[in-house]
Amino acid sequence: MQLALVGSPNCGKTALFNQLTGGRQKVANYAGVTIERKEGHFSGPSGRSFRLLDLPGAYSLEAASPDEAITRDVCYGRFPGEGTPDLLVCVADATNLRLHLRFVLELRRLGRPMVLALNMMDAARRRGIRIDTEKLARAIGIPVVETVAVQRGGAKALIEHLDSTMLTASAPVAEGQTAASVAAIQTDAVDLHAQVRTILADAVSMPRKTAAIDDAIDRWVLHRVWGLVILAAVMFLIFQAVFAWAQPFMTGITAGVDAVAGWVGGALTSMPLLRSLIVDGVFAGVGGVLVFLPQILILFLFILTLEESGYLPRAAFLLDRMMLSAGLTGRSFIPLLSSFACAIPGIMATRSIQDPRDRLTTIMIAPLMTCSARLPVYALLIAAFIPQRSIAGIFNLQGLVLFVLYVAGIVSALAVAWFIKRMRSDKSEHALLMELPSYRIPHPRDIAIGLWERGRIFMRRVGGIILSLTIILWFLSTFPGAPPGATDPAIDYSLAGILGHWLHHIFAPIGFNWQICIALVPGLAAREVAVSSLATVYAMSGNESALQSVVASQWSLATALSLLAWYVFAPQCISTLAVIKRETNSWRNVWIAVGYLFGLAYLASLITYQLASALA
Amino acid sequence: MRTILIRYGLYVRLSELAQGVAAVVHEVVDVVANDPIARRLRDFGFVRGESVRIVASGPIGGDPLLVQVGFTRFALRRAEAARIQVMVPATA
Repeated sequence: MQLALVGSPNCGKTALFNQLTGGRQKVANYAGVTIERKEGHFSGPSGRSFRLLDLPGAYSLEAASPDEAITRDVCYGRFPGEGTPDLLVCVADATNLRLHLRFVLELRRLGRPMVLALNMMDAARRRGIRIDTEKLARAIGIPVVETVAVQRGGAKALIEHLDSTMLTASAPVAEGQTAASVAAIQTDAVDLHAQVRTILADAVSMPRKTAAIDDAIDRWVLHRVWGLVILAAVMFLIFQAVFAWAQPFMTGITAGVDAVAGWVGGALTSMPLLRSLIVDGVFAGVGGVLVFLPQILILFLFILTLEESGYLPRAAFLLDRMMLSAGLTGRSFIPLLSSFACAIPGIMATRSIQDPRDRLTTIMIAPLMTCSARLPVYALLIAAFIPQRSIAGIFNLQGLVLFVLYVAGIVSALAVAWFIKRMRSDKSEHALLMELPSYRIPHPRDIAIGLWERGRIFMRRVGGIILSLTIILWFLSTFPGAPPGATDPAIDYSLAGILGHWLHHIFAPIGFNWQICIALVPGLAAREVAVSSLATVYAMSGNESALQSVVASQWSLATALSLLAWYVFAPQCISTLAVIKRETNSWRNVWIAVGYLFGLAYLASLITYQLASALA
Repeated sequence: MRTILIRYGLYVRLSELAQGVAAVVHEVVDVVANDPIARRLRDFGFVRGESVRIVASGPIGGDPLLVQVGFTRFALRRAEAARIQVMVPATA
């Protein structure tokens, strides 16, 4: 049997999906987490099997954004390659019924078999909300079951209901509403709301409209002054923690990789070429990136906690006005914040932005947000050039510099957005219209799953693209070998060396040495590869010490700052460009992004290098 | 223009309502033909007779507004809130 989960945004459809299918889809506490349909399977106690679709949340079948359009099309049976669901599992947050029941009533008009899952019943009980489910079921004319999607066994009643349901074949329903006049839609909206009010008055008793705790927290978090102070403090704490907490783990990983490399190297002394491939190529390259896993996990620990708590839409609320003057919307905040993890999910998350202009601007600037793949590059250079000391007793100087680099990305993104806004001829109104969810205590299990997923993605990159490019680079820097009687290191005569020296002409004005030039080439595929490549190139040039100390002793400060400036802008990530193509369906946008980002990167590095050299 | 109705007696636009004052929605006005923003506001529950209150406002220029309607809170920009005509009960 084909089932589809439908309901208003942030009512817990995906949590219920995960509970039913054992899936691990991302859940968080804001509207618009799910932006694609997701498929899963499960079977009931009787052995009956179900195919379940998780759909993006929608406020109405009159879709206002691309993610809502998916839900509408699946409900009408018009989604390409997707049959009409046999049964709609409507989900509503029991603490937010006034809003969510309206959509349920709208869905009921489709005339499909339906069941209503009243989710978050635990939260409702805690707030003293009493719901007479039998009365409710009679009033809306469909069966009602209670669920707690985040609790083990919290969907038991729903599974039992589904297992015993007898279906009558559903007939296709014509879409009547779009043709109706505006006046009719208005009366219609009032009509559905009136029905909801009557039903709620009859079946639900609610001591107060909102949770008391939400009001108390919001008084501080949304305060005109304290709200901004809290937001700045939270962001700052994250960057401090990334440096301060990760250090012991990073030392441990480095020691581990060195020990294994030393042991393997010792065993391979009789085969110098293979030993070089394994030690200088694989261990130097892959180990150079692997060491950043702790920092990435700490960054995600904070991002996931913030996502689950319900704080993010508050931050969007505080920043909306500022983002509006830059030509964005508060709604861009969450996609942009996700881009700090990785621009790919960030760009996909823009599907919840209603205005196509706001959406395109957000997509174009998302690559400027400092993604976690840049962290290895930043961390390497900061650790090599910025002394480890504290400022004013509390701030870690390295963390402070990292914070500045993140701010540089944000400020440039705002400037680019402002420029796009100025260039645009269509100046009609943009909408915000954003729901602020109730606060929730983050669920340790969800966060653990999220961290595990991120860790796995990172490890897959290390074992996949980073490992393969490192090996290719090793071959390029080994062959052809040095001619007899050569005095320079062998790598100077290799293909990579020749290419690096040639590229050096282009990058000399911005202070890049030929080793950096070589690393930039494989680094086009993914940013962290530049670090593994540098490690390989220097190991091949006969430097046995760790990359960080090599860089610290051989580069000038101006070169290091120039490379940092380059990484704030350069679009060195094929996957990001591919996702821009997919989401905007336009090669033109891809070329604009590539052009302006490389242009800014070169310009910023040029200014940084020339200034730093002049001042030094 | 239907927006001329503003400040007629006890009717004000939601964007002009003081923070914390309880009011009741009168209607949502379309600014353009078949206004998608107005339609979404109605979906959110801004319909006649529903009680509303401004809970907070943004740090810069008091924009956006945080509006409580039904059991839910929405962030609305002033231009969006201006589409909503509300009535402040005379007893206030």
